[in-house]
Amino acid sequence: MTPADPTPPTAPSSAPARPWALLAELTHACPLHCGYCSNPLELTRRSRELTGEQWTDVMRQAGEFGVVHTHLSGGEPLLRRDLAEIVTAAEAAGIYTQLVTSGVGLDRDRLSTLAAAGLRSVQLSVQHADPRASDRIAGRRSFAEKERAAGLVRAAGLPLGLNVVLHRENLDAIDALIELGLTWGVDRIELANTQFYGWGLLNRAALLPTRDQLARARDAVERWRERLTPDGPDLVWVVPDYFDGVAKPCMGGWGAVSLTVTPDGTVLPCPAAASLPDLDPPNIRDHPLAWIWDHSEAFTRYRGTDWMADPCRTCSRRDEDFGGCRCQAYALTGDATRTDPACRLSPDHGLIRSLADDSTKGRGVIRRRVPVRGG
Amino acid sequence: MKAAPGTDWRPVPAPAIVRRHDPVRDADLLILPERVVVLTGRAETVLALCDGTRSVRGIVDELAERFPGAPVATDVPPFLERLRTEGWLR
Repeated sequence: MTPADPTPPTAPSSAPARPWALLAELTHACPLHCGYCSNPLELTRRSRELTGEQWTDVMRQAGEFGVVHTHLSGGEPLLRRDLAEIVTAAEAAGIYTQLVTSGVGLDRDRLSTLAAAGLRSVQLSVQHADPRASDRIAGRRSFAEKERAAGLVRAAGLPLGLNVVLHRENLDAIDALIELGLTWGVDRIELANTQFYGWGLLNRAALLPTRDQLARARDAVERWRERLTPDGPDLVWVVPDYFDGVAKPCMGGWGAVSLTVTPDGTVLPCPAAASLPDLDPPNIRDHPLAWIWDHSEAFTRYRGTDWMADPCRTCSRRDEDFGGCRCQAYALTGDATRTDPACRLSPDHGLIRSLADDSTKGRGVIRRRVPVRGG
Repeated sequence: MKAAPGTDWRPVPAPAIVRRHDPVRDADLLILPERVVVLTGRAETVLALCDGTRSVRGIVDELAERFPGAPVATDVPPFLERLRTEGWLR
């Protein structure tokens, strides 16, 4: 009678295990302009977005195929006027919905409409515990709206998670950030060290922290874990893979656990995979979801371990970290089939080490997303 | 016999949790904001009794009646306690 984490069951046929989760990137439009944004540099314009009807069909197909959980994300999903319709479709398909939001634009009416449509929980971003610093990092005044949004979600009785992307400008505020989460009454605080994709990769030099900053923050999180009671919020520390010498088990494996649908209907094994230039990802407008998952070249290419080269191919950890991240391997070496350079066993690990130890980092200027075009 | 510590609370799933059957995998699931838990063995049978009206002792009695000879008195309270520690039951 032990509950277990989902593990890929051994399928009797050759069909791959079905996905559990869908990241639905409903729009790239966003009121914030955070320098760490993992959206691609080439943002989808609004006129290219899937319609509400198309998203409804995505949810139907996903539910029938075995998806049980979705993050409704973006950009800022609240910018979709038909968001409640999409929530309704997910709920009808048996899919648990979590809204991933900046909080900007979430008023009482909007939230009650979403809750009535079946929204199950909310994950709210904050950039810093200090309002002015948070607004500065977000590239616009937004802290006050976030605070208000947190209160509304609490009042509605929905579970609330706080998400903080960590980098050079806010790692020293880790205690204040956790205290903020406690003040706002959140159930979960995700302290996510920046993953360097999209705009975050572009701004890497300015975002990378020092090893000392990271060590202090990690110690602080440990102290909080000891102090918080079992009733207190969960503290989740998303590791900084540039610094640990260990590759992250990216996405739980390529095409293994979850999939991403981008605003224009592109279906990807992970949100960063659009950065692989030769992937030629399929679009939900052209193919059924089941075919895309089971048979498309984009999903089968790095599934399992057959594609691996040394040192992954013979490594005892290959079924635990899946060779790390394909997009990071490509971004740093130009070859997506290489071992993730974050792994200390990678022949390219020196690339990561020199970035992590570069004494000139932190001097870069943040380049910010420009507003997504309407037309 | 003296009651084991913690057998008088009345377990109920935390509000964040959805319990459902997954027809695609023929599995019973707990779905949380950030994760999915697959229930194995008789976990679903036990959780179905966690409705906030039954005490742990009541749940044990009911299961003992349904599954004579099963080690419910020794296994079920620590199982429920573990789920409470995870934050999945209250």
